[in-house]
Amino acid sequence: MSAALVTLLVLAAGTYGLKAAGPMLLGRREVPPAVERAAALLPAALLAALVVTSTATAGRAAVVDARLPALLAAAVLLWLRAPFVVVVVGAAATAAAVRAVAG
Amino acid sequence: MRTVRTDPARRRLLGRALSLAAAVAPFGLAFGVLCTQAGLHPMTALGFSVLVFTGSAQFAAVAVLGSGGTVVAAVLAGLLLNVRCLAFGLVMAPVFPRQWAHRALASLLMIDESMAVGTSIDAPGLRWFGYLAGGLGVFVSWNLSTLAGAVLVPGTGTFVTDLGIDATIPAAFLALLWPRLTDPVQRAIAAIGGAIALALVPLLPAGVPIIASAAAVPLVLWTRPAGAAT
Repeated sequence: MSAALVTLLVLAAGTYGLKAAGPMLLGRREVPPAVERAAALLPAALLAALVVTSTATAGRAAVVDARLPALLAAAVLLWLRAPFVVVVVGAAATAAAVRAVAG
Repeated sequence: MRTVRTDPARRRLLGRALSLAAAVAPFGLAFGVLCTQAGLHPMTALGFSVLVFTGSAQFAAVAVLGSGGTVVAAVLAGLLLNVRCLAFGLVMAPVFPRQWAHRALASLLMIDESMAVGTSIDAPGLRWFGYLAGGLGVFVSWNLSTLAGAVLVPGTGTFVTDLGIDATIPAAFLALLWPRLTDPVQRAIAAIGGAIALALVPLLPAGVPIIASAAAVPLVLWTRPAGAAT
């Protein structure tokens, strides 16, 4: 079984556990508000970490390449409330242009 | 009996569900592309979208795998992002069907969008309708677009870097993060989380810096003045 398949199955099982726990336990056990709040805030940290690592790293090294201007372009487009398709295409086009010019 | 055609409330809920379904399609496409880049078979990509069925967790897990991270790191990153599904389940539980098996099945559709449509109205019967509409609409859209992304974009050669397609992944993560940045607490958490991850990349195996960024949450919450946190 490939690493991807194992990841998929374990993540699917764990995720379903998280999704079904509320309805299956019929809300008998309340999640403490502090835990609920922390859970709602986790994605902010994790997504930021993903943005940073997918932009500025290659393996274990921090690098700056065409992905950085592409990310800046995406940020500008998001700030301008562009639809997601435009944001993604804009990022790709920026990276492609930078690579074409810088060689 | 009220049908979608005769009930304006149901029509509104259906409208919300459909626009959310359309909104997730580009994300699904990007996920399919990410999977191809990480060397995953299109059926594995589809498997993620059908069985895990949460965008941010899927992106995280495959991103970790693609950068050489372990299964443990990939699973942990995905599960951490999905902890909020626990809270969703508790919100929706009161309006779920009574039978155990039906509740178990209904839980499969528990995601941001089904929760969002379900809680956008007050009447319990309509909440259930909204949850179903949101969940099913996104399910179809998400899986079709994942398959399209995984199958239509070639992963080999310089095609991906020449067209800058690899830059769409950071852009997708940023787009997922963006709505949260209007909240100052989440802005601080994002800034610190990103900094933690970047600092740890040279020091730890792939994927672990991402999980470590979760430390930003207690760091920010516990250093805020008492009474300021909401």
